[in-house]
Amino acid sequence: MSTPTSPGRPAVPASSPAPYAAPRAATSVPTGRLGIWWFLASEVVIFGGLVTIYVLFRLRHPEWGKLAAHTMTVAGAVNTLVLLTSSLTMVLAHESVERGNLRLASQAMLQSVFAGGVFLVIKAFEYTHEIVQGFTPVAGLFWSFYFAMTGLHALHVLGGLVAILAVRRAVQRGENPHRVEYVGIYWHFVDVVWIFLFPLLYLASRG
Amino acid sequence: MSHDGHAEAAGLWSRIFSTDHKVIAKQYLFTGIAMAFLGGILAQIMRLQLSNPGHPVPGLGVVQGIKYNATVTMHGTVMIFWVAMPLLLGAFGNFLIPLMVGTRDMAFPRLNMLSYWTFFLSTVVLVSSFLVPGGPSPVGWTAYPPLSAIPAYSGNTWGVHLWILAVALELVAFLMGGINYITTAINLRAPGMRMRDLPLVVWMQIAASIIFLFSVGPLVAGAVMLLLDRTAGTGFYNPAAGGDPLLFQHLFWFFGHPEVYVLLLPGLGIVAEILPVFSRKPIFGYRMIVWSTVVTGLLSFVVWAHHQFVSGIDPRLAAPFSLTTILISVPVAVTLFCFMATLYRGSIEFKTPMLFALGMMAVFLIGGVTGILNGSAAADIYIHDTYFVVAHFHYALIPPVFFSFFAGIYYWYPKMFGRMMNETLGRLHFLGTFLFVNVTFLPMFVMGLRGYPRRVYDPSQFVALGNMGGMQILATIGTAGLLFSQVPLLINFFGSMKRGRVAGANPWRANTLEWLAPSPPQHGNFDEIPSVYRWPYEYSAPGRDNDWYPQHVAPEGALSRKAG
Repeated sequence: MSTPTSPGRPAVPASSPAPYAAPRAATSVPTGRLGIWWFLASEVVIFGGLVTIYVLFRLRHPEWGKLAAHTMTVAGAVNTLVLLTSSLTMVLAHESVERGNLRLASQAMLQSVFAGGVFLVIKAFEYTHEIVQGFTPVAGLFWSFYFAMTGLHALHVLGGLVAILAVRRAVQRGENPHRVEYVGIYWHFVDVVWIFLFPLLYLASRG
Repeated sequence: MSHDGHAEAAGLWSRIFSTDHKVIAKQYLFTGIAMAFLGGILAQIMRLQLSNPGHPVPGLGVVQGIKYNATVTMHGTVMIFWVAMPLLLGAFGNFLIPLMVGTRDMAFPRLNMLSYWTFFLSTVVLVSSFLVPGGPSPVGWTAYPPLSAIPAYSGNTWGVHLWILAVALELVAFLMGGINYITTAINLRAPGMRMRDLPLVVWMQIAASIIFLFSVGPLVAGAVMLLLDRTAGTGFYNPAAGGDPLLFQHLFWFFGHPEVYVLLLPGLGIVAEILPVFSRKPIFGYRMIVWSTVVTGLLSFVVWAHHQFVSGIDPRLAAPFSLTTILISVPVAVTLFCFMATLYRGSIEFKTPMLFALGMMAVFLIGGVTGILNGSAAADIYIHDTYFVVAHFHYALIPPVFFSFFAGIYYWYPKMFGRMMNETLGRLHFLGTFLFVNVTFLPMFVMGLRGYPRRVYDPSQFVALGNMGGMQILATIGTAGLLFSQVPLLINFFGSMKRGRVAGANPWRANTLEWLAPSPPQHGNFDEIPSVYRWPYEYSAPGRDNDWYPQHVAPEGALSRKAG
């Protein structure tokens, strides 16, 4: 496509493929943090929609309480603890980056990744146990909701693990240390979602 | 996008997978235009069938039953998700926001690129659904279960699967885009630019993106649930399994109605930019328009059930939803009155962008006023699912999606491609479009009030409705004329790229920052990031030689002015 140049236009270097980094923050909030909060706002609506739908159905179907009793409450409780701990180590990673201790930060992030991995292993164990008992995703609407909601959450955990590992690799090279905070905010969100899912799906089991 | 000659070959890959907001804007633009012709042709197929019931449409045979339903479905889907969204938000949002706030690119250029290519993938999935056995989805663009949830009911398996997948991908693409728009406009503003110095179109793009972001999530979840119902055998929407088909209607319209404002607001924003420039007057009621936008956005979340007055919702819900629906016309009317007041005693120049901006207001007025009829539950029960509704939402959506888009294209084409478009062809395009939109859709109000139902492929079946053949033929002539009226646009659009008059940086003598950048702007937009000294609508300011006063021009030193 040939494009004309306007008269008096200064000579411009050929367009470089490199994207421009955001030059400034007009508000005092760093652009990355602002972006991650808006991203989380959209996530809140996705999970919020699902949780609302589930609660409305749950009120209509008191008999689901008996089904919920078949979930593995102890495994869920352990997982809650595991996920909360992983959030703690993310906070420590952020704190270490702020203090300029990148080695400690990368160590703490590895601990978060480990905890996230443990969470997924326990969740996989639960799924196996439930499916073997016949509680498959199509065994009834309660189980459809259970698998859809925890499954979507597990995908977010998995995505978080990949994101933390990517940020960690960059931080080890000394690049983009501010992203530890952003990936941390996301990780806490994943944690908070679980705090809603655990009581709704596991504990509210007596109808 | 401009290049030095020698860099041309090396940069092919980076030109296709570009992170430059202007390239991405053009990618959205061309995809959207191509899809607009697909959507227009689908409309013409329907019209030909309706005006000649029982007889074959040339080349396609008799378009009836599933075939007709698929045509209706794909027309609606394509026009809303693959034309309106990429043109208004994808093209103009991407092109204008960084330029107008005075920055070099979007806040997250790579995310922006990912957004377009996700959209492109969704386009491929949608178009490929025309090629699968059974053809594209015939379940309506609203995809209500149980018709959409149980493949046996619609007689279509893969078309609907792909439709759901494509729509979900498209929504995710614009979610990524929206996060970028909001963050960019909030945080990348040039030094000195306060939020109240933002051009209104940027305000409207932010508002539209926020509305989209807060309404789309449940539908993304709902679409996945629908896909699971169809493929895995879950029963979210199946009453036999304890599910509820009404649930999908709620999820769909909780997104679907705010979506109307997602499309309307950027359209109004484009008009708001054009009116002051071609009236040489400041916009009237800047703050009122901004607040009206905010109120419209908030109200748009509590009107959705007016689509469900006859769906079996609790009748006690009908009154509050009628109320909010009628209420939302107030802030929109405030905006339109501000626009009219902007024209009052202005030095109006009837250039093509202005013609389309005025046309937008005129046509949208009819769409808005008839919306009040649909909004009150009592009237809606009579006109629900008739051609009255079809006429109403075309009058409501064609103005922002096409009139505003055309206005914006004629106005910003010099900035996008560096050359002016031809005025004569532009006027011809406007006259044809304005005339044939009304020829197409005015008869539908009459047909609708007489009770003619939508989504029916053979009007002659309803003997009781009497002979509406004349109006059907008139509407078909209208769509054909509308399609042909786009020929001058195409000639103008592609011809002006080579032959148009070189535009220069600021051909319209406008104030906003994009006119400071060269036409077309290079990668990075500005040689130096500008500083902003005033709001964008300082036209015909007293005591100045020029009747425009760009945002980036520093006021003459207070001292020297006093001395003079």
